[in-house]
Amino acid sequence: MIGTGILKGMAVTARNFVGSYFEKDRLITVQYPEERTPLAENYRNFPFLIYDTDDAEAGLRCVACKICEKECPPQCIYIIKSEDKKPDYMGKPQFYPAVFDIDISVCMSCQICVEVCPFEAIKMDKVFELSRRERFDALLQRKRELSKSNTYYHSICPTEAAEVDAKLAEAAAKKKPTPPPAAGSAPAAEPTPAPVI
Amino acid sequence: MSGDVVDQIFIRAKQWLLSWLAGAPDWIIQVASSLLNIFALLGVFLTLFALISVLERKILGRMQNRYGPNRVGPFGLFQPIADGIKMLIKEDIVPARADKIVHFLAPILIAATAILALGVIPYGRNMTPFAIDGGILFFFAVGSTTELAVFMAGWGSNNKFSMLGAMRAIAQMVSYELPLIITTLPVVMVVGALSPDAIVAAQSSYSFGFVPHWFVTTPWGAAAFVLFFVSGLVESNRTPFDVPEGESEIVAGHMTEYSGFKYATFFMAEYIGMFAISGLTVTLFLGGWHAPIHVLQFIPSYIWFFAKLSALLFVYIWLRGTLPRTRIDHIMNFAWKFMLPMAFTCILAAAVWHYMGRGLAGWLCSLAVIGIVYIALSILLDTRKRFATRTYRFAE
Ligand code: SF4
Ligand code: SF4
Repeated sequence: MIGTGILKGMAVTARNFVGSYFEKDRLITVQYPEERTPLAENYRNFPFLIYDTDDAEAGLRCVACKICEKECPPQCIYIIKSEDKKPDYMGKPQFYPAVFDIDISVCMSCQICVEVCPFEAIKMDKVFELSRRERFDALLQRKRELSKSNTYYHSICPTEAAEVDAKLAEAAAKKKPTPPPAAGSAPAAEPTPAPVI
Repeated sequence: MSGDVVDQIFIRAKQWLLSWLAGAPDWIIQVASSLLNIFALLGVFLTLFALISVLERKILGRMQNRYGPNRVGPFGLFQPIADGIKMLIKEDIVPARADKIVHFLAPILIAATAILALGVIPYGRNMTPFAIDGGILFFFAVGSTTELAVFMAGWGSNNKFSMLGAMRAIAQMVSYELPLIITTLPVVMVVGALSPDAIVAAQSSYSFGFVPHWFVTTPWGAAAFVLFFVSGLVESNRTPFDVPEGESEIVAGHMTEYSGFKYATFFMAEYIGMFAISGLTVTLFLGGWHAPIHVLQFIPSYIWFFAKLSALLFVYIWLRGTLPRTRIDHIMNFAWKFMLPMAFTCILAAAVWHYMGRGLAGWLCSLAVIGIVYIALSILLDTRKRFATRTYRFAE
């Protein structure tokens, strides 16, 4: 009969229409700003610099070796090496970046900078709400904004952070006989337990 | 009687407003009265348009298990205001090669005709804005002008998508105008008048106090109602007959080259046209502003009218959420091979019903007429291919 198929179809839509008011699991839309889905642990979108201890300047792991700057495919990292040196996490005097900028509009979140860094100094972050009112606001992320603590790293990627800490501790243990670690950076060499979120 | 006061409150309000002009020449009172009607109509239907534009999206969303707009204001009800502001502040672009005058006039004409058609519908007891004897005729005369406006938009834009859309629109509108008018005929014949008020009055009584004498309760009326409704869908370019503006094929059909407020005008005209055709459906088949049961007559008549109108509009949206777009040749086949014969059958069935004394016997015979033709057409037009069960022969 002409029209029976249409009636069947209308029954389906009616069932969905009424059902959506009574069965909560039908409405799967996540109402974003109020609700959010948890991010996967391996989610990544923009690099940040890790520092140990509480001092963002002194504890910065980056030694301004500029490997990441060279490797970054779209060339969005800009580093100026410091004139002086400061002791790194093992107490060895090292250069540090006087300027470390990443252009957020150019970065393509490829994680290559993270892979090439020999000092575990740069890692991928998970913040994605970086929109701004003005077009040119906050495009260039400076060293101050990029620096985040190891604790923060533990909070966003517990597994990976624990691995990194273990690796650093092992490296530090090998070199133990030579100069004792500087008082400030000592605790960071031990693997810190993943914080409970 | 207090029920009467509420029922006639708008009439009283108008009389009270006009009483300020007492003593003025007749023509001034006439003009003032017409203006009041026009403002009331525009106010009501533009509000309804705003409301339906958000409700439609919410209902469609629910049918697809989504929330629909829920950000602007409580439950997203202020969405039309945001949309309106957006439309208003958009740039109005007229293509360089467009026929400027035609391009400019098309949205005005289409909105004007859509609104004119609203004027002859009885919205409640004594609430026909412009009661004319040939109301039905006027409605269709004005309604068919929409086609001209659509073609003006398509031609004036000087764009192939616009042109294609306009041609599709003309093709389907002209084809469906026929069943639309022919399904109106039995009602007009049975009532013996072309005035919407007379048609509503003819449906005012009840059998046993609870079966209303709406034409939809007779077999020919029910068939004509469905046919009229489907033709109405086509006339207002609604899914599944929205080929004239099939977004996936021809951008937006005749509205492709319109932006900002002109586009909004087209959009509005489309919805107003939908209200008008639904209003006429209510008037012709669903008893206009009459209550469905005798005892419910204390509820004001205009509330009944708008309740019926909303129910029809819900079905429009429901269909939109259900059906995909029909192919143009299927639309045409359906019009000429199914709708038209069925429409003529309705006339026949109405005649059978009328001459057998409008009683139970007439009711059954008219049902039989409709049923026979419907089943015959269903069998004749069934083009589904039936394949024989395939037998496979495999190599030994
Ligand atoms: S993630 Fe890729 S693009 Fe971004 S800074 Fe690192 S290397 Fe450059
Ligand atoms: S982040 Fe790593 S690779 Fe880049 S400059 Fe610093 S230490 Fe070198």
